[in-house]
Amino acid sequence: MFKHLIGKQSAKVKNSVERGAVKKFAESIGDLHPIYLDEETGRNSRYKGNIAPPTFPRVFDYGTIEDLNLPNKGLIHGEQTFHYERPLLVGEDIYCYSEVKNYFEKKGTMGEMGFLVLESFGEDTSGQIVFSSKSTVIISEAVRKVLVP
Amino acid sequence: MMTLQEIQVGDSLEDIQLEPVDRITLIKYAGASGDFNPIHTIDEEAKKAGLPGIIAHGMWTMGNLSKLFTPYYEEGFIQDYQIRFRGMVFLNDQITLKAELKEKEANKLSFLVKAINQKGADVINGEVVYKKYED
Repeated sequence: MFKHLIGKQSAKVKNSVERGAVKKFAESIGDLHPIYLDEETGRNSRYKGNIAPPTFPRVFDYGTIEDLNLPNKGLIHGEQTFHYERPLLVGEDIYCYSEVKNYFEKKGTMGEMGFLVLESFGEDTSGQIVFSSKSTVIISEAVRKVLVP
Repeated sequence: MMTLQEIQVGDSLEDIQLEPVDRITLIKYAGASGDFNPIHTIDEEAKKAGLPGIIAHGMWTMGNLSKLFTPYYEEGFIQDYQIRFRGMVFLNDQITLKAELKEKEANKLSFLVKAINQKGADVINGEVVYKKYED
């Protein structure tokens, strides 16, 4: 039911790696390391500033993929990957977008399950990709029935 | 703490044992991440979804797991981080974070990583490729 959306992308959205957001995020995962939080530690590091934890991109806005209407309930997160060219730097701007990479259905214990693979990207201000990520979301038969118009 | 220069295949980073999972931790993660799916914070919503109680965000556990590598920030960075969500994490679960070196190439260290619960079951598992700086 999402097959026709494969290849569709969202428009890029400008996000900022905000110091306060990084602090809150680091606290919420119990990773209060000074490389994320302390300015002096950042300055004295090879990065010349603070960095963000590897799963921080969960915070970013990736824009909307037209016609991709996912419910906010009943989805199961199956897999997640991140690939980095370098760590994210606190204070930098990152342009984010997502693409429907794949969709397929498979028989499972809970009936016919849908697997939606979303790939997301973050580019720096010069257009270089800093990270990409892939989320596999599993949509149960019960939820898909509700979605069918 | 050992450095990543010395680590050998089969060695593990020091385990981290998390505090038992509590609701306020998941509320904080919801706020910090923007993931307000109510099955992670509100009992009635979790029950409506057929769960015995609220469950942690998979990404909360994945976020925690990466902190095994944070102390080595001067030596390199996580280049690839791949996780499968294997089991649910409930309130009061006691999660332990683990990483074992599987393979060592010139400047890449591949670790098998996992978070296990108090019953020893994997709740998430996968791989981290740590890229070491050459200078």
